[in-house]
Amino acid sequence: MTVRPARLLSALIGCGLIALTSASGSVLAQEKVLRIGMTAADIPRTLGQPDQGFEGNRFTGIPMYDALTQWDLSKADAPSVLIPGLAASWAVDAADKTKWVFKLRPGAKFHDGSAFDADAVVWNVQKVLDKDARHFDASQVGVTASRMPTLRSARKIDELTVELTTSEPDSFLPLNLTNLFMASPAHWEAKLKAVPASVTDPAERAKQAWVAFAADASGTGPFKMSRFVPRERLEVVKNTAYWDPKRTPTIDKVVMLPLPEANARTAALLSGQVDWIEAPAPDAIPQIKSRGFTVYSNPQPHIWPWQLSFAEGSPWLDKRVRHAANLCINRGELKELLGGMMGEAKGIVSPDHPWWGNPSFDVKFDPDAARKLMAEAGHSAAKPLKVKVQVSASGSGQMQPLPMNEYLQESLRQCYFDVELDVLEWNTLFTNWRRGAKDPSASGANAINVTAATMDPFFAMVRFVSTKTFPPVSNNWGFFGNDEFDALIATARTTFEDKERDAALARLHARIVEEAPFVFVAHDVGPRAMSPKVKGVVQPKSWFIDIAPMRVE
Amino acid sequence: MIFYLLRRIVYTVPIMLGVAFFCFLLVHISPGDPLVAILPPDASVELQRQLMTLYGFDRSWPEQFFGWLWRALQGDLGTSIATGRPVADEVFRAVGNTLMLACLATLIGFLLGSLFGFVAGYFSNSWVDRAASALSVLGVSVPHYWLGMVMVIVFSAWLGWLPPTGAGPGGSDQWAWDWAHIQYMVLPAVTMSVIPMGIIARTVRALVADILAQEFVVGLKAKGMTDSGIFLHVVKNAAPTALAVMGLQLGYLLGGSILIETVFSWPGTGFLLNSAIFQRDLPLLQGTILVLAMFFVLLNLLVDTLQTAIDPRIQR
Repeated sequence: MTVRPARLLSALIGCGLIALTSASGSVLAQEKVLRIGMTAADIPRTLGQPDQGFEGNRFTGIPMYDALTQWDLSKADAPSVLIPGLAASWAVDAADKTKWVFKLRPGAKFHDGSAFDADAVVWNVQKVLDKDARHFDASQVGVTASRMPTLRSARKIDELTVELTTSEPDSFLPLNLTNLFMASPAHWEAKLKAVPASVTDPAERAKQAWVAFAADASGTGPFKMSRFVPRERLEVVKNTAYWDPKRTPTIDKVVMLPLPEANARTAALLSGQVDWIEAPAPDAIPQIKSRGFTVYSNPQPHIWPWQLSFAEGSPWLDKRVRHAANLCINRGELKELLGGMMGEAKGIVSPDHPWWGNPSFDVKFDPDAARKLMAEAGHSAAKPLKVKVQVSASGSGQMQPLPMNEYLQESLRQCYFDVELDVLEWNTLFTNWRRGAKDPSASGANAINVTAATMDPFFAMVRFVSTKTFPPVSNNWGFFGNDEFDALIATARTTFEDKERDAALARLHARIVEEAPFVFVAHDVGPRAMSPKVKGVVQPKSWFIDIAPMRVE
Repeated sequence: MIFYLLRRIVYTVPIMLGVAFFCFLLVHISPGDPLVAILPPDASVELQRQLMTLYGFDRSWPEQFFGWLWRALQGDLGTSIATGRPVADEVFRAVGNTLMLACLATLIGFLLGSLFGFVAGYFSNSWVDRAASALSVLGVSVPHYWLGMVMVIVFSAWLGWLPPTGAGPGGSDQWAWDWAHIQYMVLPAVTMSVIPMGIIARTVRALVADILAQEFVVGLKAKGMTDSGIFLHVVKNAAPTALAVMGLQLGYLLGGSILIETVFSWPGTGFLLNSAIFQRDLPLLQGTILVLAMFFVLLNLLVDTLQTAIDPRIQR
């Protein structure tokens, strides 16, 4: 039998193709993919400064980008603390406390291959603070500038050293900088060049370049953007050249889907459409657990309070009344009502936090002591104290505001409070919060229920207790503050050694708990449910979670 | 006919302007901050003012309205505050997805509605009629977002037969007419079809019962026509009205269902509106409502024109 060369060649090509197909099939089969159902109704912005609150930072910020400083997300049993990110070290100028010098990490590269250096830092500061810079983007200002209120400018010293300047001495700057993610200037320039020449207005060209950048982004993070379908899905793949070996991913691809409806999210998990969902429907948690999924939770830096009014005539001006309200709530029972998905608040931060400070007033459930205080203040069951609280029916971070507020209303009745709930639409409540308790929009309310992130000292404490943050400047809705608190804040802000700064903040926190300008109620615990095939999960005491070290088995 | 058509087109101009004006007014008078999408809860008032200026929200309402209208007339619906993407791109992508879903839902609704309607009409006042009528009343009355959730629980979470959310394994931009993709449409389309099904069933039932009682049917029977022959006559007489109702229902469904599309995360106009409302994304909200209103106006114009072509008396 003779073998014709052409037939042999065909056979070989055929075998080769079959082998190739099988090989690619096995590669596909082995691809480790993690699919996440987010609560957001849209993919958080991908251009470097995410929107959608901290869910944005969690999914399109931290995985794709790095900041100069970052939160340590590797521990579940201790508060998340600040660690170096793209900056290896930093120090305030000894002579001029408004200047900081940051030493950058050598060898870090953007996903497009360009180098991360001092020029990139200056460029990223300018994108949100310098209106004259051609890459200035108004849409990124809101979510960035408000989280680093004192940063004013950046200056290159050498390739790996940069100087940042603040408007006043501010020891909180390194904490604030976790919110400034570094996008690639070279990649943006490439997008700008690709804008059609027919677009001549420089501002419009820059805007179009940012839109193109958002669809094909480049940061320095452990995951690289690979596919983006607006409002439907974001796919990121592992960055094998990531600068931190401990955070170099083993998961090949992460797919993020916006699933705003809690029941649909839960069904997506139960049906195997996704491997991880944020905030499962509370009623479904037992079923989720019974089907072998794991529900993770941990108290977050978040406070769910009633913020009290100190305006003239407010019933909360009497400290005994404020203490009584704090002592009259059975937080354990409320936690049970929420299916265990709540942390019991004893202050703005928890007792294991470096800013705790051992306050002399213990926030706990002691209705007898509460009634005694109310009696001393001249109130009784026959003569209850009327208070009015503005609350929302829903809203970001508000947990389950209606059942929670109704529970408080019922609880406080036993301590001679007659609580009126004024339920508003979330955006309206939010606008009122900025206007303050003396504004007509308060409609006679003397408390307001707006929750807050408490990751950095300004947002956790300063804005609520400084006389410089009375409305309309910031969120001291209740006009609480005095010289003592202003002095404590000034000390904390101008203490630049980390441990001493934390000690100063602890003194401030202790005094806040003692004076009780809030009814401290709950901390959110950020519940999320995952398939058992997702391994290496650490749910830190943070708003964030690190996907990079996780595995899919 | 041409003059009539021109007159109707001219009439649509003030309607469109009115829609644009009220749409602008409604989104601006509602309480809250127009920059809530890009301003975090804790932003200072100083920063809020700075951004109001940068986005032009510090200008007077007439200035903002006419500026927006002028750009809209040139085809520029502005850019979304939340995403920075052009509103026109967002809206037309969503309209395409809603169109697919609405057509399938209308088809299901029409087929089932006609079936129930004919059966009920033919066997009026029997238990079959009562059962079919009960089904159609249920279809009109049941809250469809609730039905959607129940279907998700049963067919996705319990049975695992159909995917609960999304528009295909790779998103709507990789849509293909194969089972891998169509299965994502089944639950939302069936949920969406329930209302048109109920309405069409009730309409067809009344039509069939009415036609069967007419003298010409008695005449046909007297001539010895078979039941199937009579059935064809009934279908011919009932079809125009049933089709008109179906067209109307398609028009309603094209507006997208906020609740159904949100429950199933279907990336149509309803899902887009939901997102725009919650983010208070004014340009996106205005643009979406304007485009949807244009659809309704144009659909009405088309229906009126067709009716006039069929029956010239309407011109008078």
